[in-house]
Amino acid sequence: MPAISFQHVGKTYGNARGALKALDDVSFDIQPGEFFGLLGPNGAGKTTLISILAGLARASSGKVTVLGHDVVSDYAQARRSLGIVPQELVFDPFFSVREALRIQSGYFGVRSDKRANDAWIDELLANLGLSDKADANMRQLSGGMKRRVLVAQALVHRPPVIVLDEPTAGVDVELRQTLWQFVARLNKEGHTVLLTTHYLEEAEALCGRIAMLKQGKVVALDRTSSLLAGTASTMLRFKMDTALPASLVGQSRVTGRIVQITAHDAHEVETILGVLRTAGCQPEDLEIGRADLEDVFLEIMNEPPRASQPARAVA
Amino acid sequence: MNPANVLSGTGTLLYKEVLRFWKVAFQTVAAPVLTAILYLLIFGHVLEDHVKVFGSVAYTSFLMPGLVMMSVLQNAFANSSSSLIQSKITGNLVFLLVAPLSHWAWFLAYVGASIVRGAVVGAGVMLATIWFAPLHLAQPLWILVFGLAGAAMMGALGLVAGLWAEKFDQIAAFQNFIIMPMTFLSGVFYSVGSLPPFWKGVSHLNPFFYMIDGFRYGFFGVSDMAPATSLLVVGTSLLLVCGLCVHLLKIGYKIRH
Repeated sequence: MPAISFQHVGKTYGNARGALKALDDVSFDIQPGEFFGLLGPNGAGKTTLISILAGLARASSGKVTVLGHDVVSDYAQARRSLGIVPQELVFDPFFSVREALRIQSGYFGVRSDKRANDAWIDELLANLGLSDKADANMRQLSGGMKRRVLVAQALVHRPPVIVLDEPTAGVDVELRQTLWQFVARLNKEGHTVLLTTHYLEEAEALCGRIAMLKQGKVVALDRTSSLLAGTASTMLRFKMDTALPASLVGQSRVTGRIVQITAHDAHEVETILGVLRTAGCQPEDLEIGRADLEDVFLEIMNEPPRASQPARAVA
Repeated sequence: MNPANVLSGTGTLLYKEVLRFWKVAFQTVAAPVLTAILYLLIFGHVLEDHVKVFGSVAYTSFLMPGLVMMSVLQNAFANSSSSLIQSKITGNLVFLLVAPLSHWAWFLAYVGASIVRGAVVGAGVMLATIWFAPLHLAQPLWILVFGLAGAAMMGALGLVAGLWAEKFDQIAAFQNFIIMPMTFLSGVFYSVGSLPPFWKGVSHLNPFFYMIDGFRYGFFGVSDMAPATSLLVVGTSLLLVCGLCVHLLKIGYKIRH
């Protein structure tokens, strides 16, 4: 039985100006124990899909289950199996960290075993570096600390399936390290993890399988290693102060002084270098490496849409 | 579904809602008690020697139960409406939305907390005003029944308003243009029996009148309307508002897209 199953999920938002199709026939399963990445540009439908999974939104069509429990007809069991870390940095200003965690666990019916629950709350606080903030009011915490509390709130009822919706957006390196170590440990202990992130190096490092969404459709679904292997495998990186020749602009990614150009083989590398030489450009710190997930992502996202476009691979 | 889990989830939400208002009790309990004392002092001072109600009841004695019930109703409404709109606007409603709580759990917890706040404020107003006029307790059961029904109805109405509103102004408008006039024109400060026939008829269309009148009957054993009639109107209004509230919660009106 899959940990999470999306079957032909569609979502259409209607307003006065017409209908907006946020999700279009999305289908895939996530198996128990997987660390699964859901990627896509802003507006691709990732958060809508997670909102449907969490019960924050209702699908216009299709079916979603968590460990076999339908998120609509058997919502209580489905939600009890899920721990969601929301994207927005939200908190209840009336309560301390410990009160917030106790209340959240109570919603899930785990207050009855108070001693065991308090021990788990202490463990969560320690693992997320929050022990010294346990009695602080939520308003007194920094943004990073509030983010840690959101993670603790998602885990307080010991859910077998954890959903992290862009958990590291705008947080410092220390929290990222702490968070990923903790989540990786939970995954090793058997928890299923579904992650959405814009930090593709995180997805590449952590996720065994990845789905990519574009305009509400699944456009790629495969093991991370297969996605990396199945694309342009060479990346030319260098620094340059002058403008790129016009013929290279379309295939380049420029971040400040750093230029990255995809090349499919050695001959194409030579051609690019030739164009640069002819234009009088002087690239510095030139290196040739393997394409990473960001390159794969950009390549897939830049492919023109086709009618009934199939996912690149279905594993 | 395990009944113990349901109870624990509902109980936790009730506890959280009570704790929420209790943490700011200066604003949520002390302030309305002070307002009621001011009303009693000012209106009592101006009218005590000029008005006798129900034949022999002194004006300050008559005013006291009305102020208690008005405080109960306004604070029961404020509790559920302000809690829900704050959670919606700050986004922390997500903690409840992802929890395995049924629409009944939401309803019972929010309305329960509104009843608790209404009772605490009502008791506070009574304790604070008891020194200004002798207390009559002719029919305590009626006091309890109308107090509970009124607080429950306003708690449910607050929940409806909180679900409907998308910003604080809308809740303020609901409170200032609907709740406040209906409570002020319900006979808190006067006996509806003393009004001209037209305004008496208008007052009889206001369900708040029956809540105040029935509640006051419990204190003096006399009222403008028969208490059974008032109970019928209040009970019917309560059922209608609760039915609407439970339905809106069930369909996730403006909280689940």
